[in-house]
Amino acid sequence: MKQTLLVPPHPLEKRVLTRRFEYPRTEPVWIDEYLQTGGYEAIRKAMSMEPEAIVEEVKKSALRGRGGAGFPTGMKWSFVDRRSPKPKYVVVNADEGEPGTCKDRILMGYDPHRLIEGVLIGARAIGACRGWIYIRGEYREYIEIMDRAIEQAYERGFLGSNVLGTGWEFHLSTHTGAGSYECGEETALLESLEGKRGNPRLKPPFPATSGAFQCPTILNNVETFCAVPDIILNGGEWYASLGTPRNGGTRLVCLSGHIERPGVYEVPLGMNLLTIINEIGGGVWKGRKLKAVIPGGSSSPVLKADECDIPADYDSLAKAGSMLGSGATVVLDETADMTKVLARLMKFYAHESCGWCIPCREGTTWLKKITARLEEGLGTERDLETIDNISQNMLGRTFCPLGDAAAMPAMALVRKFRDEILDRIRQAEAFAPAPGTQPLVVL
Amino acid sequence: MTFSPELEAKFAKMIGNYPPGRQKGALIPMLLYAQDEVGAVTEEVIEEVAKRLKLSRVEVEEVLGYYTMLTREPRGRYHIQICTNISCMLTGGEELFEHACRRLGIGNKGKTPDGQFSLEEVECLGACSWAPAMQVNYEFHYQMTPEKFDRLIESLRKLQ
Amino acid sequence: MANMVTITINGRQITVPAGTLVIEAAKQAGIDIPAFCYYEGFSVQAACRMCLVEVEKMPKLQPSCALPAAEGMVIHTESPKVVEARKSMLEFLLTNHPLDCPVCDKGGECELQDMTFRYGLGESRFLEIKHHADEKQWSPLVFYDPARCILCYRCIRVCDEGLGVGALGLSYRGVSAEIIPNRGDHLECDECGWCIDVCPVGALTSGTYRYRSRPWEMNYVPAVCTHCSNGCKTTLSVRNGEIIRANNRDRSGINGEFLCVKGRFAFDFVHSGERLQTPLIRKDGRLEPASWSEALKAAAARVRASIERNGKAAVIGSTRTTNEENYYLQKFARQVLRTNNIDHHRSGDVITLLQALGGREGALATVQDLYTCDAALVVGADLSQQHPLLAVQLRANWRHHQSPVFVISAGPVREDQYAARSIRAEAGTEADRLEELRADLQARRNLVILYGPSMKGEAVRRLVAFGDSLGIPVKYVCLVDYANSRGALDMGLLPHLAPGYRPVEIPGMTLDAMLEAPDLDLVWVVGANPLEGGRRFVSRDAFMIVNELFLTETAQQADIVFPAMSLYEKNGTVTNVCGEVQRTKAGPKVMGTKSDLEILGLIAAQLGFDLGVPLPDRVFEEIRREVPGYNVPLALIATGGAAPTKPPAVPAEVDAQPELVRSSGDTLFTSGTLGKYSKKLGEVIEAPGRLYQVLVP
Ligand SMILES: Cc1cc2nc3c(=O)[nH]c(=O)nc-3n(C[C@H](O)[C@H](O)[C@H](O)COP(=O)(O)O)c2cc1C
Ligand code: SF4
Ligand code: FES
Repeated sequence: MKQTLLVPPHPLEKRVLTRRFEYPRTEPVWIDEYLQTGGYEAIRKAMSMEPEAIVEEVKKSALRGRGGAGFPTGMKWSFVDRRSPKPKYVVVNADEGEPGTCKDRILMGYDPHRLIEGVLIGARAIGACRGWIYIRGEYREYIEIMDRAIEQAYERGFLGSNVLGTGWEFHLSTHTGAGSYECGEETALLESLEGKRGNPRLKPPFPATSGAFQCPTILNNVETFCAVPDIILNGGEWYASLGTPRNGGTRLVCLSGHIERPGVYEVPLGMNLLTIINEIGGGVWKGRKLKAVIPGGSSSPVLKADECDIPADYDSLAKAGSMLGSGATVVLDETADMTKVLARLMKFYAHESCGWCIPCREGTTWLKKITARLEEGLGTERDLETIDNISQNMLGRTFCPLGDAAAMPAMALVRKFRDEILDRIRQAEAFAPAPGTQPLVVL
Repeated sequence: MTFSPELEAKFAKMIGNYPPGRQKGALIPMLLYAQDEVGAVTEEVIEEVAKRLKLSRVEVEEVLGYYTMLTREPRGRYHIQICTNISCMLTGGEELFEHACRRLGIGNKGKTPDGQFSLEEVECLGACSWAPAMQVNYEFHYQMTPEKFDRLIESLRKLQ
Repeated sequence: MANMVTITINGRQITVPAGTLVIEAAKQAGIDIPAFCYYEGFSVQAACRMCLVEVEKMPKLQPSCALPAAEGMVIHTESPKVVEARKSMLEFLLTNHPLDCPVCDKGGECELQDMTFRYGLGESRFLEIKHHADEKQWSPLVFYDPARCILCYRCIRVCDEGLGVGALGLSYRGVSAEIIPNRGDHLECDECGWCIDVCPVGALTSGTYRYRSRPWEMNYVPAVCTHCSNGCKTTLSVRNGEIIRANNRDRSGINGEFLCVKGRFAFDFVHSGERLQTPLIRKDGRLEPASWSEALKAAAARVRASIERNGKAAVIGSTRTTNEENYYLQKFARQVLRTNNIDHHRSGDVITLLQALGGREGALATVQDLYTCDAALVVGADLSQQHPLLAVQLRANWRHHQSPVFVISAGPVREDQYAARSIRAEAGTEADRLEELRADLQARRNLVILYGPSMKGEAVRRLVAFGDSLGIPVKYVCLVDYANSRGALDMGLLPHLAPGYRPVEIPGMTLDAMLEAPDLDLVWVVGANPLEGGRRFVSRDAFMIVNELFLTETAQQADIVFPAMSLYEKNGTVTNVCGEVQRTKAGPKVMGTKSDLEILGLIAAQLGFDLGVPLPDRVFEEIRREVPGYNVPLALIATGGAAPTKPPAVPAEVDAQPELVRSSGDTLFTSGTLGKYSKKLGEVIEAPGRLYQVLVP
């Protein structure tokens, strides 16, 4: 018997993208059910609209990319030159690699046709002829679900050489990754789609002018596309009104870590972070106190408990020195070992650095080695300075943002939990070298 | 070399998914699916895929070394991947991994002598809300505990 | 065409074409921006981040190698932020670098070392254990040490973009990322070693040079490669009279830094144990060592006797000796031996071409022209195999200027990879297919036509007529075999043509006729192997003198053998396939040898003839005066330049003797008789021709 990954609805949730997710279903909404519940109405409507009007509607919705960077989606779409003689493409980023993030799988796993419909609308907006859903390799289950849904959409004429009888030709298929976090970065993903290593590309040119196979391309996260059908049906203004200014709509929040009711919930943008944790997530587990929150996936700088009383939207979190990122919210209770958290994250980035540029390749590895040593209890105070400094030396200087993604949390952790890490160092003093000498080398 | 009829059909369709002259796009999916069937990306698979996609061998190897799911060495019949990244770590992923090492008597990237199980510590599997999570081949197992792990291993052993 | 923009770098205003990369613009202003991965002429990687600069109004530092100059940009390359970033990049690089400089081949000429010295930190903060991967041998000539590699991807690019071989790739990731060869654990490639050359550190090392010397212990001698006709400059690194390596890192010469496997590695024949180091005289049917004075005296006596009895003499010259030697040799034949029986192994129908061109100036393409022409047509030749530099030039022209290449050849060639059109035609029938390309070629602004040895006589005339009919400027290259094949023709090593293709009154015997003649009295062979494969002169009793490096099939039949110097051991000039004259200088020393010029000079002196002072510079002076087309600017060649010669007018009634054109058909890994004495070349034999068939499915 398959386990449901859905949670019982919470009254504070605002279910738009997840409106078909009645708990505890285990099977996806297949096409008949999708059609019965208003599915593919949005693409019908979009077909009657001018492409510019679609983009305009998305702009009005204040929808921002849910993949991590939070770039305004309508604006991104408007960069594509529809008159370009080259074919235009749509790419869905379903690589879902950011630690803490597990929402795209839910969207694909339970309502695959919503994604297809969102893609169709995006394709219509730019005049695309083909699309790919790039799904991480580990998600074979969801690749199969999407493949089946795509097949159904072909059968019913939503995809193919004559979409909805309008004469428009649009093809869609899945494409599997094979184990690489970096392939979530949009240009590395495009390289991977073309059958190469996931090394990022030089920007500019941006994907809107030269994306998949060097053709104009829009590339968005699964959740971003999934928001589009409702924007078209109910209007951009309606969608925008669900969130805060410049931060339109709802978003999926993935609660994990030391929390009572982990799960994926849909909340309006701008809901207070503590409300999300305490009300929706049922608070910190085991009756413990909150120590810190990683509010947007492992790459977002950690917030201390007392920094969490803020609206969870892109702008507010940026103001707080962190980011909304991919919507992953990892809760850490008072017992959490921050040295270990630091070491584990650095191990992750060193493992996932593609190796293309020097500061990321060498920087992540160096951070991994120092933090592993700290975790072993063989650090010195100077190591904290070094970590901070290495991170600064990486920040903004790497080829792609993966270097920043490693440097930002490292800096936040050593700055905000300096005392805790120092305590760890002092506890191991018996083994530490005499003052002024070089520390032992472990590993 | 030929693959099973189902896989051949899949490959035939897959190559058509990329723009004309850009069949290289199918490289990574082909390698992964071929590996699933053959057990590893063998020399033969490399040659075959290179031939079909009109690539040089080095283009295939560049990719092969990069993606962690691709392997030249056959893994166990049940390849167990345990996530120890942040959410899983906070909820017992590391303990689960250590338990698995003891239970199977192998370390990271090891394989049991009977070839039944192989073990790998992996990065985030995208199952953070149901942590700690692991995968056996492509099947996810959520909210794992050492006890659940033992029961799973037992049931897999019985399947043979 | 290009609109200009003005930018400010370090307070200095410079105007450059819009889109110029900032790193290049800075270079023009004399400002050096350090970089590892940026490599002029190859694709931008922006990976090493050494070239970061501060640009006003941009929040982040920008890689200047990837930043096009835009109007009004204000750039700082030495601001505190930039200096600090550079320091940190070097610190990052050194974290996993083995720092084995004391034993590293590159020590002393390593870009990482130099840059650390100039821009790096004085101390190290890295206390962890370094990542390590073992060194690998990829071929007899190429070794790779991943620990030293800084991943600048230069090697991958020169191989892929520069040559079209694509033998190198990048595998694994993060700190484990490393360069991989195309055949699993080894390379199958052109073995040109360009990757070794461009490697900024000691990650790629050469099988011939590894651990043999420090760069400051050697002298650097500018020589011209002796192997094929392309005339690459090869800088010989010489220590105690021995060549330790050959490369062209200073990019002097027509080839820049390019060298093929022969130019870079096949210098080892010079120090082969089989080199002749003492004269040999046949005594009782056997060749016995003799002193120089004895051998010279014996030779002079025999020559005098032959002259006195009016015996029939024949002279066979070389395609690897200098112009001065060739000129002197024909003078020796014509004035001392009083015969026009002089010839050499001809490998391309240059004579018909010159006849057809009728002295028209600017009709011979230079090596540089191949990079700047608007289109090229290759007829009947496998350029990548036989004329590697010319192939690299055409490829670069296509990469940088999108100039198309058209091919008519008997089999697949590497140029097919990117050729605008490739036509397959059996050897000898290529000219029949020219018309198919007319429309394509007429659309170009100008054209260079290169043709191989299957095109001769009538076919060459048709080719030139076709070129003339296109209505665009057309230049030609007649492909010939060896370092001075072209010079041998120009210097009149021909029975019917004196230097500069001037007809002689009574033509002498051709090479074929010499072999068949029943009544030869004296044969002098200089640096040639006409008896290869067991052939014999019909005149078995003719006295044979041979100047040679090795005891070749021909030398074995000689009565006197003089141990000669190779091209690398002497001064002089040679003329390449494009008719460009270059100077080559003596590098190594092999005891007991003399140059052919000196040998001939000594004999002439003993016989009481004044053929001019047998010194290269003096003879060259005479060549400049006497040989039409060779009045080249001395300053140009004295400073290492290549001087194009003017095509002399060859009278229409001259018989071009196309039937004598027979190329030896060498590949990248063979070099006629000489190649057999290069051990390294023997070790790396890769099935010729197979490579590009794999690459072109
Ligand atoms: C290292 C790295 C990993 C990323 N991983 C993902 C990912 O797994 N999924 C995703 O949607 N976006 C990911 N992104 C963000 C993408 O680059 C890109 O911004 C996004 O897919 C654009 O879609 P959106 O505008 O809808 O967010 C990643 C970015 C970086 C730098
Ligand atoms: S081998 Fe040398 S040239 Fe090639 S990437 Fe490494 S350091 Fe650069
Ligand atoms: S030279 Fe610009 S990044 Fe390397």
